[in-house]
Amino acid sequence: MTSTMFPAGRYWFHAGRCVRALRRCPRLDPGALGVRPTARRWASSDAPKITTHYSIHPRDQDPRWEGTEMERFADQADVVVVGAGPAGLSAAIRLKQLALAEEREVRVCVVEKASQIGAHTLSGACLEPSALNELLPDWKDRGAPLHTPVTEDIFSILTEKHRIPVPMLPGLPMNNHGNYIVRLGNLVRWLGEQAEELGVELYPGYAAAEVLFHEDGSVKGIATNDVGIAKDGSPKDTFERGMELHAQVTLFGEGCHGHLAKQLYRHFNLRQNCEPQTYAIGLKEVWVVRPEKWRPGRVEHSVGWPLNRHTYGGSFLYHLNEGEPLVALGFVVGLDYSNPYLSPFREFQRWKHHPFVAPTLEGGERIGYGARALNEGGVQSIPELTFPGGILIGCSPGFMNVPKIKGTHTAMKSGMLAAEAVFPRLAVLEEDSAPSAGLHVPEYAESLKASWVWKELHAVRNIRPSFHNYLGLYGGMVYTGIFYWILRGKEPWTLKHCGLDSDQLKPAKECTPIEYPRPDGKLSFDLLSSVALSGTNHEGDQPAHLTLRDDSVPVERNLAIYDGPEQRFCPAGVYEYVPTDDGAGMRLQINAQNCVHCKTCDIKDPSQNINWVVPEGSGGPAYNGM
Amino acid sequence: MSGRVLVGVKRVIDYAVKIRVKPDHSGVVTEGVKHSMNPFCEIAVEEAVKMKEKKLIKEVVAVSCGPQQVQETIRTALAMGADRGIHVEVSAKEYESLGPLQVSKILAALAKKEEAQLIILGKQAIDGDCNQTGQMTAALLDWPQGTFASEVTLEGGHVKVVREIDGGLETIKINTPAVLTADLRLNTPRYATLPNIMKAKKKKIANVKPADLGVELASKLQVLRVDAPPQREAGVKVESVADLVAKLKEAGTI
Repeated sequence: MTSTMFPAGRYWFHAGRCVRALRRCPRLDPGALGVRPTARRWASSDAPKITTHYSIHPRDQDPRWEGTEMERFADQADVVVVGAGPAGLSAAIRLKQLALAEEREVRVCVVEKASQIGAHTLSGACLEPSALNELLPDWKDRGAPLHTPVTEDIFSILTEKHRIPVPMLPGLPMNNHGNYIVRLGNLVRWLGEQAEELGVELYPGYAAAEVLFHEDGSVKGIATNDVGIAKDGSPKDTFERGMELHAQVTLFGEGCHGHLAKQLYRHFNLRQNCEPQTYAIGLKEVWVVRPEKWRPGRVEHSVGWPLNRHTYGGSFLYHLNEGEPLVALGFVVGLDYSNPYLSPFREFQRWKHHPFVAPTLEGGERIGYGARALNEGGVQSIPELTFPGGILIGCSPGFMNVPKIKGTHTAMKSGMLAAEAVFPRLAVLEEDSAPSAGLHVPEYAESLKASWVWKELHAVRNIRPSFHNYLGLYGGMVYTGIFYWILRGKEPWTLKHCGLDSDQLKPAKECTPIEYPRPDGKLSFDLLSSVALSGTNHEGDQPAHLTLRDDSVPVERNLAIYDGPEQRFCPAGVYEYVPTDDGAGMRLQINAQNCVHCKTCDIKDPSQNINWVVPEGSGGPAYNGM
Repeated sequence: MSGRVLVGVKRVIDYAVKIRVKPDHSGVVTEGVKHSMNPFCEIAVEEAVKMKEKKLIKEVVAVSCGPQQVQETIRTALAMGADRGIHVEVSAKEYESLGPLQVSKILAALAKKEEAQLIILGKQAIDGDCNQTGQMTAALLDWPQGTFASEVTLEGGHVKVVREIDGGLETIKINTPAVLTADLRLNTPRYATLPNIMKAKKKKIANVKPADLGVELASKLQVLRVDAPPQREAGVKVESVADLVAKLKEAGTI
């Protein structure tokens, strides 16, 4: 297909370069893990073989791939956006608005791994409409799904049986006056329709699997995932290479802890001047409640029970006003927790039994479930945002306002600012000519730092780190009360986070297992029936996309020292330690088909051995208005 | 012989999604739910495209009946290799009561209009599970039918079809024009890759109304009520045979 336009040799070279770049990823050094080399040698004679993905076992050294055509079809766009979330779609819409205003043709392509726009979107959510008002001021006439203005704002500190109300004074970050409760998946779907109307090319069902580079090292674009690789890593009859999309500049909006962003941080050393990102996991359910329990517009947040004062987290419960008596509720747990026996999923399930929460749900029906990691690092953890050929937008670098628990408005604004910085730099490409270097647009970072996004994030920068004190939660709340509510974040110091979330786990023998109650099947549920509700599925015959750099680490380290925390923090039951066939030991079983793409395992694995890569496009959850 | 094959494709709720009954029990919730091409229709499209690649036929036409959204499904068929599409416009309201009989009438009318040599359909749709459209279409056209096909060979003016039946496999030889319905083992459908999706945007999809084909959409069937299947009761473990007998007696089964 490409032999008339692009000489085959040039593209094979680039494909090979990408594979070599991936292989340069540092391998785990056994000494650094504290595992004795002699023990490793003994284990490696019957080392488990779990990972078959080509990012760990390169195909150019695999005899099964000899003779397979690896050339890719390539196409040139002006801007490629990775991820059709609020940030990516806002950027695409803004680019087309600017192009329309100046009567220029700008080709914008958005790739999205979900099968339909919004299917991988999950959020509370209380939307602050500031960015939307700027992007599409007539959103109401256009039918944006913002149907539920916030009417009541309740904040509680829960104890096991009781509730301490906390007044929601105006000026506190959690105050929601003027905001809307939205089903973010529906808003994203609507943004997708607006984008298509403006001429954006949307390609749901195609994941960006690889970053492509020019000869000078700048980003050239992305390649979508290959299809038709069998579970054992060999090519099937249906094997087809992904496609290359080249752009003058690529916007990476993969959401929290994107897999391509992870590679870009290393490749361009973007995190040398910022703190490591710190995360939380958010689990969410949607319920149809009995009409008499329904209070449309009511927003409830709580902290405290069932978490102890040293584990950051809390709950949300929002009453939607869209016809049916729907309630969106969920639980967030900071991933810097230290007890490997903690299960965020089971904390969520038992929270629902609290006397303040249970009455709302009694007699209701659960219709949705999902989970996603979210950023908590704020301004201290924002990396370099631009590099030659590319830009990071949205929750990928991470602009979430943690005490407000809102990141959508800042994500959208970052996308808009990226578009505004990129647009004047775009050259008009002649037919059949392609740029030889990607654009570096540092103006984007400057405009972001001068915008309300930065002001907002700066004001709340010390709230999350203030929880790392002896009083934990209560110290943090006191700090918020004094320094944020009264002083508006103007204190001259900036507190630090405590390092990588994956380093925070204590060994299992130093911790007490947590006794979780059994699910009752009416308010609380087991993991597998919850996963079924997420609608998640993947083509079964493909290599597991939860790849392990070293297949022997899970049993030797994660299980031995931490009692296998991945079996507890994964909200989808992907990781299971099961007895080996001969019953002599345990092995890790990865049920990749269950994955809901939350990224928690890549974040929290104490050995940082799990590397989440993107599976075949259109796999993953099928969220409907989550 | 025109060398033209008509392939029917249906847009259905994705098989991995948990189905929810509407609160008014009139049907299931479809708004915002993930939909995809019926798996058996994918197999049908693949078979037609394979025939074209082997130069046994000249043109593959993908047809779907329904509201605006079915165009996505036709595009997927075009990306798999169909040459053009036909969208039979049915309003969302009428679509709720659209069943195999009306679809067969539409397909029969289209087959005559397009002078099709073959109609290939999936054996059944995973939402209705009717398994009737192929058979009804053949009857309306008075054409032979090769249903539950697990192997299809075109030979001149005949088709040899290996059918999956209860007792095993049955091989029949039928004349063309004919209707075939695809079963699971007929082939493995190819992926609709992105370059093909991009090319598919340039292929034509014609819009047709059922009235233009002389088909009345009124259904003679009325759905009274839709309910979710009853929750599976938990089982009870018994310790001994005597316990089992006592429990069975209690339940009145012996």
